[in-house]
Amino acid sequence: MAENHEVERTYRDLGLEAVSSEPVSTEGTRSFAQQMLGFWVTFKTMFKKVNTVEYPDVKEPTAPRFHGRHQLNRHPDGLEKCIGCELCAWACPADAIYVEGESNTEENRMSPGERYGKVYQINYLRCIFCGLCIEACPTRALTMTNEYELADDSRSKLIYEKADLLAPLRDGMLMPPHPMYPDMTDENYYKGDVLGFHPSQEVQQ
Amino acid sequence: MVEMITLVIDGFEVSVPKGTLVIRAAEKLGIQIPRFCDHPLLDPVGACRQCLVDVEINGRAFPKPQASCTIPVEPGMIVKTQLTSPVADKAQKGNMEFLLINHPLDCPVCDKGGECPLQNQAMSNGRGETRFEGKKRTFEKPINISSQVLLDRERCILCARCTRFSDQIAADPFITLNERGALQQVGIYEKQPFESYFSGNTVQICPVGALTGASYRFRARPFDLVSTPSACEHCASGCSLRTDVRRGKTLRRLAGDDPDVNEEWNCDKGRWAFKYVTAADRLTQPMVRDASGDLQVASWPEAIAAAANGLRGKRAGVLVGGRATVEDAYGYSKFARVALGTNDIDFRARITSNEEREFLAAKVVGSKVTNADIDRADSILLVGFETEEESPIVFLRVHKQVRKRGLKVTAIASKLSTGNEKLKATFVPVAPGAEAEAIAKQELTPNSVILVGERASESAGALSAVVALADRTGAKVAWIPRRAGERGALEAGAIGNLLPGGRPVTDAAARADVATVWGIERVPSEIGLSSDEIFAAVNSDQIHALVVGGIDPHDAGNIHATLSALKGAFVVSLEIRPSEVTKIADVVLPTAAVPEKSGSFMNWEGRARAFEVAVPDSLNRSDVRILTMISDELGRPMALPTVKSAARELASFGEWDGAKSTFAPFSSVKAPKIGANQALLTSWRRLLDESSLQEGEDNLAGTARKSVVVISPKRASSLGVVDGDAVRVSNDHGAVVLPVLVEAIHDDAVWLPRNSRGSHLLATLGVASGSLVTVVKD
Repeated sequence: MAENHEVERTYRDLGLEAVSSEPVSTEGTRSFAQQMLGFWVTFKTMFKKVNTVEYPDVKEPTAPRFHGRHQLNRHPDGLEKCIGCELCAWACPADAIYVEGESNTEENRMSPGERYGKVYQINYLRCIFCGLCIEACPTRALTMTNEYELADDSRSKLIYEKADLLAPLRDGMLMPPHPMYPDMTDENYYKGDVLGFHPSQEVQQ
Repeated sequence: MVEMITLVIDGFEVSVPKGTLVIRAAEKLGIQIPRFCDHPLLDPVGACRQCLVDVEINGRAFPKPQASCTIPVEPGMIVKTQLTSPVADKAQKGNMEFLLINHPLDCPVCDKGGECPLQNQAMSNGRGETRFEGKKRTFEKPINISSQVLLDRERCILCARCTRFSDQIAADPFITLNERGALQQVGIYEKQPFESYFSGNTVQICPVGALTGASYRFRARPFDLVSTPSACEHCASGCSLRTDVRRGKTLRRLAGDDPDVNEEWNCDKGRWAFKYVTAADRLTQPMVRDASGDLQVASWPEAIAAAANGLRGKRAGVLVGGRATVEDAYGYSKFARVALGTNDIDFRARITSNEEREFLAAKVVGSKVTNADIDRADSILLVGFETEEESPIVFLRVHKQVRKRGLKVTAIASKLSTGNEKLKATFVPVAPGAEAEAIAKQELTPNSVILVGERASESAGALSAVVALADRTGAKVAWIPRRAGERGALEAGAIGNLLPGGRPVTDAAARADVATVWGIERVPSEIGLSSDEIFAAVNSDQIHALVVGGIDPHDAGNIHATLSALKGAFVVSLEIRPSEVTKIADVVLPTAAVPEKSGSFMNWEGRARAFEVAVPDSLNRSDVRILTMISDELGRPMALPTVKSAARELASFGEWDGAKSTFAPFSSVKAPKIGANQALLTSWRRLLDESSLQEGEDNLAGTARKSVVVISPKRASSLGVVDGDAVRVSNDHGAVVLPVLVEAIHDDAVWLPRNSRGSHLLATLGVASGSLVTVVKD
């Protein structure tokens, strides 16, 4: 309050109240023809092709590189690409990603190599869709889809778990856990030498 | 006076003591030379070649860059580091390139990623891009060099820090560098596993991710962790630690840097035994036993009221656990005197004696013997104390001096231990119970230090002999208990004959002091009962209520008397997890574990080891707060609502400047007669055993030493057994059958681990040392 008084005083001290001013002059009412001319733009637009669609009944595809919901990808035989390294969480400027790693074992193998992501959560209340996580991912496990319908009625529903983010199984993929492709190392997986599953991988685990 | 040498580094003049290495002199100027193998506490080796600098002495330059971690400073030396010499810079970059040729691109899956000296220095002193196009050398990965340490050989840069640590510091040379050239790798001996009590330090000092801990593997990244400086709750060495917590769960603990106590090391128990805090059966709710005899969950006000009602008007005793913080122990001490009006309090819930109590009051409380006295000592005498098993950092302290200047160590014990072998100790074999005689024969100087363990109380007269020896020779005496809280509890007066600050109960002025601070009329003047006497008093119907803070009845000398006392009395138990006590207790009050509370321990030197809350969101409370609530309910408030207030009030006492109690010697007991097939039992607890704080640590338990019966060669030949044969050790209570190991031990003695797998002496035999057992071939 004290500061405000001071400001007022300076205002007065400067003599700004004494500056002369004139009222703004307005022109009279426009003629009917002039008014109709103003509606011409509106009228003309009625015959143009519309840009908007009847969402949600009609959905337009997004731009191909639109940053939408994330996806955790799989290798062609179904093993997960995520190794739980947390580099995405590290890169995230909004602290939206939470990852916990775990060791792969012979009995429970989720990804090639030693390590997989046991817990993977993205908090879409925080995510700003900047894509830095995608750049950070060393295995191309994390990419972004074009899905943009990310609204829900509670906060907890907007924390996506690993199950919500994992890519669906395609043809030639097996649901992990299962062993690695015979005679292939994790390096072969990264190089793309594995093209589908091998019958020996279909053991029940 | 240390001779100072002046040299020039990067154009700056600096004076350092003679013998300083160039790399340290540069540090003094704030110039960081990249390094991997260099460690200030290990001998220089010059293995990694990363710290190359240009050196010139009196105008004559070395033809090639030199490793600054192996060259001591010289007068007239001119050093140019990578900052001023393009040659040194190029040499370092080239060396980094060589180190990275075979280093795998594991960073995303490597535990060290984010806190890796190789990562950091490759960025600061290496090339941005690799020029190597060949195939990297690969090894199978990872391999277990012990159940708790994993080795990724392809990540190793052969700096030899781990092997030098094991050899020079821990005296456990179980790992070494095998093979040569590109195939060189860290290896273990085929016959001897890497079962070192200090193996965790190799993981901490590894400058790459070659050595990783099995229990932390893939758990977190450095940026996930909230680090809190803390103190170790496991033993009286009092290591400073760093606790790393992720989302309310301790994921790892690292040794803190405290040159006066633990330098940069700690033991594997302190590093890896912390899962008990997050065990599924942790107590979180107060419980009260109902009319039908079942424990029912209650609200805090209900439980506090039940505890107060049970204690009101009864004669009660207080038993403080050995791992109470100083503040909690002070809470128990004040609670006993103010709320219960008794001196019947004892922190020693273990085998003990009144001789020990007198010894503590006369010689230990307020004692100022420290680690520095060990560093300066001309000889060390160990009585009832195994450094490596019972206080491992004391072992490292003593071993450092043994290695550096051949410090003389003498051990009075029944069995020669591995630790004492490593200390090259003179082993004075005595029959269990006959320690006093051997102590009296020792010759010491005023510069010697006698390290007395808590097991000295198990041999009548031993402590009296120690006092006599110290008085005769002027040697210093230090008492090193096994548990972290005992020295602090002693200073806080959680014992029958002492009030806070070492004030004798029998001294009227001391009592008046304490009564003034506490604002009560009088403090009880008779010396309180010891833990054994309290149990006996319950059994003879003199005491009717007990306040028990975290003790295990199996630690006490007489398990039957202890359990029947706990059953017979009204018991209020303050515990973190269900135990034998909570099974019987009438009121169970959950308390905070060490990471969940603040406070301080006092290590054996009497040095305060304060720690802050590491897991802030726990709802558990410190013992002192709960005791305050009970005292309020009892109508005799002790007014210690917070840990800080307890610390402040205890500090306000200051040290007792009046007379200490004098020590009247106790006589030793004549050894019982030993018949055929009979022997005198001796034992100690091993560092890694089946203690309750190590539950659930399977990786840690994997490196525990095997349980064996140790007998002398003479007994082995009379029994007709060789190493590995099963031997049965028994008495009226029970029997233990274990494989035998023939070793240096007194002929009358038989040794067993006190609380290891298959050998729980106090539970099965009911005794732990000094009594007769039958030893036969099984």
